Amino acid sequence: MATILVVAEQSNGHLKKATLSALTAAQQVAKNTGANIAGVVIGAGAGQAAQDLAAYGIPVHVVEGAAFEHALAETHSAAAAEVAKKAGAGEVVIAATAYGKDIAPRIAAKLGAGLASDVLAIVGANQFKRAMWAGNAIATVEVTTPMKVVTVRATEFGAAQKGQAAGTVTPAQVSAPQPKTKFVEFNEVKSARPELTEARVVVSGGRGTKGDFKPIEQLADVLNAAVGASRAVVDAGWQPNDLQVGQTGKVVAPQLYVAAGISGAIQHLAGMKGSKTIVAINKDAEAPIFQVADYGLVADLFKALPEMAEAVKKLQ
Amino acid sequence: MKILVTIKRVEDYESKIKVKPDNSWIVTDGVNYRANPFDEIAVEEALRLRDTNMPSEVVVVSVGPAAAAAEIRSGLAMGADRGILVKHDAFVDSDGVARVLKAVIDAEKPDLVLMGKQAVDVDDNVAGQLLAEYLGWGQATFASKKESLESPEEKAKKPGIRLTADKKSAQVAREVDGGLEILEVQLPAIVTVDLRLNVPRYASLPNIMKAKKKPIAEMTPQQLGVDVVPKVKVVKVESPPQRAAGVKVPDVQTLVQKLHSEAKVI
Ligand SMILES: Cc1cc2nc3c(=O)[nH]c(=O)nc-3n(C[C@H](O)[C@H](O)[C@H](O)COP(=O)(O)OP(=O)(O)OC[C@H]3O[C@@H](n4cnc5c(N)ncnc54)[C@H](O)[C@@H]3O)c2cc1C
Repeated sequence: MATILVVAEQSNGHLKKATLSALTAAQQVAKNTGANIAGVVIGAGAGQAAQDLAAYGIPVHVVEGAAFEHALAETHSAAAAEVAKKAGAGEVVIAATAYGKDIAPRIAAKLGAGLASDVLAIVGANQFKRAMWAGNAIATVEVTTPMKVVTVRATEFGAAQKGQAAGTVTPAQVSAPQPKTKFVEFNEVKSARPELTEARVVVSGGRGTKGDFKPIEQLADVLNAAVGASRAVVDAGWQPNDLQVGQTGKVVAPQLYVAAGISGAIQHLAGMKGSKTIVAINKDAEAPIFQVADYGLVADLFKALPEMAEAVKKLQ
Repeated sequence: MKILVTIKRVEDYESKIKVKPDNSWIVTDGVNYRANPFDEIAVEEALRLRDTNMPSEVVVVSVGPAAAAAEIRSGLAMGADRGILVKHDAFVDSDGVARVLKAVIDAEKPDLVLMGKQAVDVDDNVAGQLLAEYLGWGQATFASKKESLESPEEKAKKPGIRLTADKKSAQVAREVDGGLEILEVQLPAIVTVDLRLNVPRYASLPNIMKAKKKPIAEMTPQQLGVDVVPKVKVVKVESPPQRAAGVKVPDVQTLVQKLHSEAKVI
């Protein structure tokens, strides 16, 4: 029976939540095809993250060692492809995060597989739904090769549930390639807030903030929310790049998304219109963001957001 | 140094995109076309690298219909030296594009290949990585830089990709989850570019005129010996689900009360 290999993402032993969405996608495929699911975790700390993943009831392969310490596309794709071959995998599933997007195509090329990227839904054994043209169209694509690699949009697949019994964790013996890339440094943007793609509430600011994110952060504080931004904001250097929500940034789908001083360009909407409840605060009543907002407030954000923070505090 | 840059002809993001009634594709009548915005950033970076590392050459390559010559011309008008058009009218998937580009690169032997991280039509974000693997090269995806687009470095049009002193490698800052990662990649390499790498220049009128005389070589995938039958076919294109229209609330108090008792999200 064919195996579906889920390539996990972790950092320093901490399993990324998006991996659990990839696992859910794999389970959906397995339901159609009867395939087994296995996982692979690669890099420094993989052993610890593998224990976490195995708790979801699947056998997990671990690739550790100096050659795989950093998440280099060359080494991690080589390890994943080798494990896939040894496990007799017919399909590889990865979350479409920066890491997944970096390595999945190389895995596909190594395996001669067709790749469906940033998939929103599993239609059948070979067919997947994905967004194109900034979400203006949803395509059904068919992978025609026997081997398939799929990256999935985490927000479209809920997190998998823990299994009855934990799976086994085994070290995988893979050859260490000689990469042509070298890790130099990581300039981490530290934040005490919940991660943007995982938060229950996201408060985002746009050009209307004029770079002053205090009102955004004030509201985010009382809601225990992540902070997001439009492209205009990160292009101006007002907020870190990885806060950009949209077609070419992060896709989020929280319970509550508050867009303040954001006009609602299609590229921004592509990253947040899957949110359960959308609130728009904009002083222009004609701003397109109101067309997707469940609740729209025509107001100056510098006045409305502090007021909102106060009102929310009173509820708590 | 020879730098190869890819340019894709895509629907203008300012145009209204509508799905065809038979769900086979989008309506293309009345839609404007332009170069993929990420590719313009790649061209800009190539020009900056060329001009700070003379003698160098920038070659722009497009895989697409005959009309894609216009997007190659736009790259030439920005300042690239010559163009290559691999003509194919039907849909080519990202894997096909990567294999066509490999054939072009095998012949051209560039030191560096710059590509947009994604084309804003199919929004795939895979061609550069596939190409790197097919070539056996290193890659640095989502290239950005430490300095902001408002920085003096950007105003001075400095390249964000830094060649090492021996010009055998390049340092690239990458936009990844949680921060900026710096990689050093041996040349030749594939670099795919993100939005914060630079602000691309506009073509000046004299340069648009000059571009008309610059050479564009034409070839086909068949001539390059590449079969472009897609591994991933598009079988259906549909409109996205629409969100039901919401309501405007008069004030903050009403908003918070509705979020609490109606939407139950706070
Ligand atoms: C290739 C490409 C990719 C892109 N990808 C993305 C992406 O991933 N994400 C993204 O966000 N964008 C993306 N964009 C950019 C997008 O097209 C828009 O330019 C951008 O989203 C605009 O940001 P904004 O809404 O903050 O700014 P603007 O469009 O300038 O809107 C500012 C809004 O603030 C309001 N305002 C001003 N002052 C106040 C105030 N005091 N109180 C309340 N409201 C106020 C104004 O009425 C206006 O509606 C992309 C563009 C391209 C070409």
